[in-house]
Amino acid sequence: MTLLNRLRDYPHILEVAYQFTEKVFQLLNPIFQRLGYEWADKLLRLPEKIGKGAVFNCQMCGQCALHFTGMTCPMGCPKNLRNGPCGGVRLNGFCEVDATKKCVWVEAFERSKKMRVYGADIYVLLPPLNQQNMGRSAFINIAFLKNSEMPEAWQMETGLRHDHK
Amino acid sequence: MITNRTNGRFENALRSGKFVVTAEISPPDSADPHDVLKAAQVLGRYADALNVTDGSGANCHISSVAACTILSNAGYEVIFQMSCRDRNRIAMQAELLGASALGLHNVLCLTGDDVTAGDHPQAKRVFDFDSTQLLQTARIMRDDGMFLSGRKLSAKPRFFLGGADNPFVEPFEFRPLRLAKKIQAGAEFFQSQYCFDVERLKSHMQKVRDLGLHEKAFILIGVGPLRSEKTAEFMRTKVPGVYVPDAIVERMRKTPVQGKRAEGIKICVEIIRQVREIQGVAGIHMMAYKQEEAGAEILDEVDLNIKEMMR
Ligand code: SF4
Repeated sequence: MTLLNRLRDYPHILEVAYQFTEKVFQLLNPIFQRLGYEWADKLLRLPEKIGKGAVFNCQMCGQCALHFTGMTCPMGCPKNLRNGPCGGVRLNGFCEVDATKKCVWVEAFERSKKMRVYGADIYVLLPPLNQQNMGRSAFINIAFLKNSEMPEAWQMETGLRHDHK
Repeated sequence: MITNRTNGRFENALRSGKFVVTAEISPPDSADPHDVLKAAQVLGRYADALNVTDGSGANCHISSVAACTILSNAGYEVIFQMSCRDRNRIAMQAELLGASALGLHNVLCLTGDDVTAGDHPQAKRVFDFDSTQLLQTARIMRDDGMFLSGRKLSAKPRFFLGGADNPFVEPFEFRPLRLAKKIQAGAEFFQSQYCFDVERLKSHMQKVRDLGLHEKAFILIGVGPLRSEKTAEFMRTKVPGVYVPDAIVERMRKTPVQGKRAEGIKICVEIIRQVREIQGVAGIHMMAYKQEEAGAEILDEVDLNIKEMMR
């Protein structure tokens, strides 16, 4: 466990792995299509939870923001912030709410600086979480459903999509 | 920054280029409107606008929108503070519309202190939005005339939108970039956390200027008096996000008891004078909870507007 967690200090490797996984999913698309995305989602939930859970302490929000946040899961922030740190960070860089933990965003920013592929994504304005996607497979959602449930007005406003093809 | 959003006194004061003073007031634990007016009495005379906190420190008080309405009806210019801690997106958008309909156009969009900081640590934390998403939503409602869902509004709200800035805590390097993100989302003014470390503020403002952000938004710096080294110690350990350098705590400690109040005022005046000289600072934001009189003395002492006229 701890060993896998230590991987988080190598965000530049993780981002490549992430990019690779997304590509693999795209290649497998015909299979998923055959299966139907609903089923694919059900099949993938558990492996995704185990894999990303071990490395990132993933909470299965269903709309992975890892590469936007220095490969640091923003769901680990007690306020679930997606666009940067709150104003309550402690002087030692620890979390306002949980004094035993480093602020997720202090870590995210440090890590994003090491990332070549997605490093600058930390400046992208992220939409509010879609609570309906909780617990679902983010890979299926991002790769094929194009985050279709992003608030409509937000989509029109930013044209932002999560895909990085 | 050309469009005047509200033609309100606060926005006009900022756009006129004068050094603006805002002051924070804490809504009382009372259902009596007179208590709200009382809370504004002292600092209301000095401020271009009064910020009304929204359950600050996660403590229960009369609601911000209600207190704002009472004050605005009494002739005060107010800034409605809205935190993401207690409401989901349905309630937030409803309240934004309501605020605009009531004539409350200045909105400060905040993440909010965590529930564990206040008197109801058992509460459910909502944080359906973060402050940046709240800004973007308010801006979409104003500019595009629709809810986040895309559903049309029959009348658009009017807003002058603001965000918070905290240059004094980590990650320092990210803070100016976070301002840029909030500006992109819709922020046109910022109010900062208490400044007790002018050097840190200077380096923050340097980066803000390098990014040209001071030309896209008005930046007001938070200030306030210390009563004693004990309040200083309390603030830096118990109030989220406040940094008081050792040198200042030491200065308060060394001052004899009778002189402590005056020393706290003196420190604040010194800080305001320095802050004022920093390029890109549009004003100050006075936070003097339970020390309103001291806050007023400070504003008397620095006499910002007379100085402005002499320039
Ligand atoms: S200090 Fe950091 S991790 Fe903690 S609530 Fe604030 S942003 Fe989230």
